[in-house]
Amino acid sequence: MEYNVIQDNDIEILLNDLYEIYGYDFTDYSKASLKRRINRLFTLDRFLSFAEFRYRLKFDPSYLKRFVEQITVTVTEMFRDPLFYKALREEVLPVLGTYPFIRIWHAGCSTGEEVYSMAILLQEANLFHKSLLYATDINPEVLERARKGIFPLSHMKHYSENYILAGGKKDFSSYYTASYDKVIFEESLSKKMIFSTHNLVSDRSFNEFQLILCRNVLIYFDKDLQARVFDLFEESLENLGYLALGSKETLRFSTISSRFKQINKEKIWRKIA
Amino acid sequence: MAENRLSSKVSIVVIGGSAGSLDIILNMLDRLEATISFPIVIVVHRKASFDSSLTDLLALRTLLAVKEAEEKEKLSAGVVYVAPADYHLLIEKDGTFSLDYSERLHYSRPAIDATFETAAEVYGPGTVGILLSGANADGANGLKVIHEVGGLTAIQDPEMAEVAYMPRQALAKTTIDYILHNEEVGLFINMLSQESRFYSA
Repeated sequence: MEYNVIQDNDIEILLNDLYEIYGYDFTDYSKASLKRRINRLFTLDRFLSFAEFRYRLKFDPSYLKRFVEQITVTVTEMFRDPLFYKALREEVLPVLGTYPFIRIWHAGCSTGEEVYSMAILLQEANLFHKSLLYATDINPEVLERARKGIFPLSHMKHYSENYILAGGKKDFSSYYTASYDKVIFEESLSKKMIFSTHNLVSDRSFNEFQLILCRNVLIYFDKDLQARVFDLFEESLENLGYLALGSKETLRFSTISSRFKQINKEKIWRKIA
Repeated sequence: MAENRLSSKVSIVVIGGSAGSLDIILNMLDRLEATISFPIVIVVHRKASFDSSLTDLLALRTLLAVKEAEEKEKLSAGVVYVAPADYHLLIEKDGTFSLDYSERLHYSRPAIDATFETAAEVYGPGTVGILLSGANADGANGLKVIHEVGGLTAIQDPEMAEVAYMPRQALAKTTIDYILHNEEVGLFINMLSQESRFYSA
């Protein structure tokens, strides 16, 4: 990879354009990752100069889509961190089951693998009929893919292992139908999913939830933005609701931490005040 | 090993290893002095499931604090940081770590290149990169970037490495300042630390 053709001041210019023209605000993203992503895209799309790159981004809205999809990290998997899902299954779902109606928010859901994982957990706990899964992302392209529930067949062996480690007892392949190199997940799973764009940087709370999952999104935000997003989550959680983060993310140093209690050594907190 | 003074004070030592590197990392830790004047960051390729046990294993071998690097954590001198399994470990301009779950690089996450390149960018000529045994091309570009910003590059002697491919790739790709025998790695770091003290004095 050509390293660092796009320098810090170029990035500032790009981020400024994005904000002024399209309203996307990436200025509070962690810089090291962002810079690597932008340089990667520059190389991938074979631009010859920063000026050309900037011009394309400014004047070609279809390129904006690609830009946003490429500089935000969309890598995800089903039942990622199986022990986390086991904890959800064993410790969180039994409590959620006592509610008449369950609202769950996957914030930054990317291509939806973790949303489908959650739907499977809910089905197996017999809670799916009274659940709604709101799945949001900044990026409309990935949501389009998530909505379809189509994933590469080559990943299923790994996902099936994750599923079993997460306490799954069924034959994982019973949830999908394979066709060539893809699988499509059972349509009943996506029936309770609501997909929508939502930008954690600029959009407000839109409902109250009993469980919010936001995994491996906050690592890309700087401290101030993390704090603002934590406030948004606190505001969007019912009392005694749960907040679940990625395996290397923590509430510990945030201002809301005193009103949350970690319930497990997995990254799950409960709003207690 | 170098007789001459360093051209600049060492701000960080980043170490990358893959297949066959664990023994030499343990050997290095055994030899480290109890005070080191910069942070040491170790990136080792491994299975995601082999998670924090690596940090525990390494901690047994040195008096220095050994810990898994956490996101937004500030780097401190005299601490040995281990890149967590399954994330790229990056260094920000403000001297803090950040994590990144983007695509694997050279089939690896954490990728040595990601840490080496961001370290070079932050610490410039104060960066020292050491690349050890491995069957992978990861780390070679990182050393190249470290060299380009005026930092020091070192590899484990490919003749002595359990798997020579990784240090050889680096040798083919960029200028290597030091080729270290297995037992020299720890001593080399001690020397850098002593030399750097001379700078701050």
